[in-house]
Amino acid sequence: MGTEELKKTPLYGNHLKYGGRIIDFAGWALPVQFRSIIEEHHQVRKAAGLFDVSDMGELDIRGPQALELLQYALTNDMSTLAVNQVRYSPMCNFRGGVVDDLLVYRLGEDHYFLVINAANIEKDYNWVKELAGRFPGAKVENVSDQVAELALQGPNSEAILSRLTKADLSAIRYYWCAQDVDVAGVKCMVSRTGYTGEDGFEIFCSPEAAPGLWDTLLEAGDELGLWPCGLGCRDTLRFEAAMPLYGQEMDDDTTPLEAGLGRYVKFDKGDFVGREPLLEEKRTGLRKKLVGLEMVGRGIARTGYPVLKDGEKVGYVTTGSYAPTLDKNLALAFVPPQLSEVGTLLQVEIRGRGVDARVVKTPFYRRREK
Amino acid sequence: MYPKEFRYTKTHEWAKVEGDRVRVGITNYAQEHLGDIVFVELPEVGRQVKQGEAFGVVESVKAVSDCYAPVSGEVVEVNGALADKPETLNQDPHGAGWMIVIRMSDPAELDNLMDADAYEKHCEEEAH
Repeated sequence: MGTEELKKTPLYGNHLKYGGRIIDFAGWALPVQFRSIIEEHHQVRKAAGLFDVSDMGELDIRGPQALELLQYALTNDMSTLAVNQVRYSPMCNFRGGVVDDLLVYRLGEDHYFLVINAANIEKDYNWVKELAGRFPGAKVENVSDQVAELALQGPNSEAILSRLTKADLSAIRYYWCAQDVDVAGVKCMVSRTGYTGEDGFEIFCSPEAAPGLWDTLLEAGDELGLWPCGLGCRDTLRFEAAMPLYGQEMDDDTTPLEAGLGRYVKFDKGDFVGREPLLEEKRTGLRKKLVGLEMVGRGIARTGYPVLKDGEKVGYVTTGSYAPTLDKNLALAFVPPQLSEVGTLLQVEIRGRGVDARVVKTPFYRRREK
Repeated sequence: MYPKEFRYTKTHEWAKVEGDRVRVGITNYAQEHLGDIVFVELPEVGRQVKQGEAFGVVESVKAVSDCYAPVSGEVVEVNGALADKPETLNQDPHGAGWMIVIRMSDPAELDNLMDADAYEKHCEEEAH
């Protein structure tokens, strides 16, 4: 299939230059891999990888009622978010289903910046604008096309980035950011965040500056093992860390409680969209629960495969893969709460056959703290 | 790249005739296209297969792909070593990465397969 009609990030030319294999990801032409998914996966765990995540969307929200809007639109509590702090939150619909999951950056007293999933940009923007009707003192702008985003991930990330900036990166703690950081002459916003289960940074800059910054980073990181990496290992890395992916572990009909995101739902902060149905579900019990599965029999569970108990379909796989760091075949799956206990023996239906799988703890992988 | 003595399918399997038997694997084009192969499912010895019918499955990190029998006959050998070392299919697809051996029931079926030149053209067309 041609890639002509796909949207291109500012780094598309870089991907071709570095030999990326381009695929269609939610309408974007992005590299799935540069060398091999498994090699790139290992490289991020042991050294560092550079990802183009410019497809991600960004909403700029500001004004005296910006916080009120966010408190209403999001399930997590942003009232305690300090300037330059970053916080994860689901955003729900009135049924308690997840519209998107996102990061909130507080950039100023009345200024917030939301990083949202590429596939949901229009949906989120329309939804937040609609909710903003109740908060005339909040201005919502979709700035997705004005922002490029690079993710530098892996244990060597700080050493690599520090070669290009005078800023004190060690002062940027996990889930904090720094604004107006000069990285090789490019003005960037840098946050200590990521989607791989490793230490690392996400770097936001103008689309015009992104191609040069990409090349400069790869040059500076060469000696420290920095590789360009694709969507393929981004998915296996986040999967091992059991970080949910919108559209798989959650969607408009799945609640954050079901997806295991209850700690990001703050019922005591006041009213918010989805609060009533979520409270109700908490009272009456979850319809389904996200668990980790380890294959006991031979086979790889894949998205959408049925989960069985004694031959009956009881659930479904949301993500399944060979996990390169753990060298196991693992899955995330929705099952009834009574079958969610660690150790429970279930089956995954693979090509018409039930293959044994056991409920295990998540995350599958957790990095060792320094 | 593609051995002259092999025959090839449109679905990217190779067939190497050894008397009344045919050794079968997936081509270099197939393994490159799939990427890192992490799982292989093979039939039991003794199974009857028909030309064009799926006999096994190869899975890479991202994709699940059926493998189709280039000829009809009985499966008389399977490469059990692939279960623990599926990456052999990436490293040596035309050699150590062989998957099964079929005893042919109808050698005339070989005429339905492509030679190396025709197969290379087929790959070029598919890549565009």
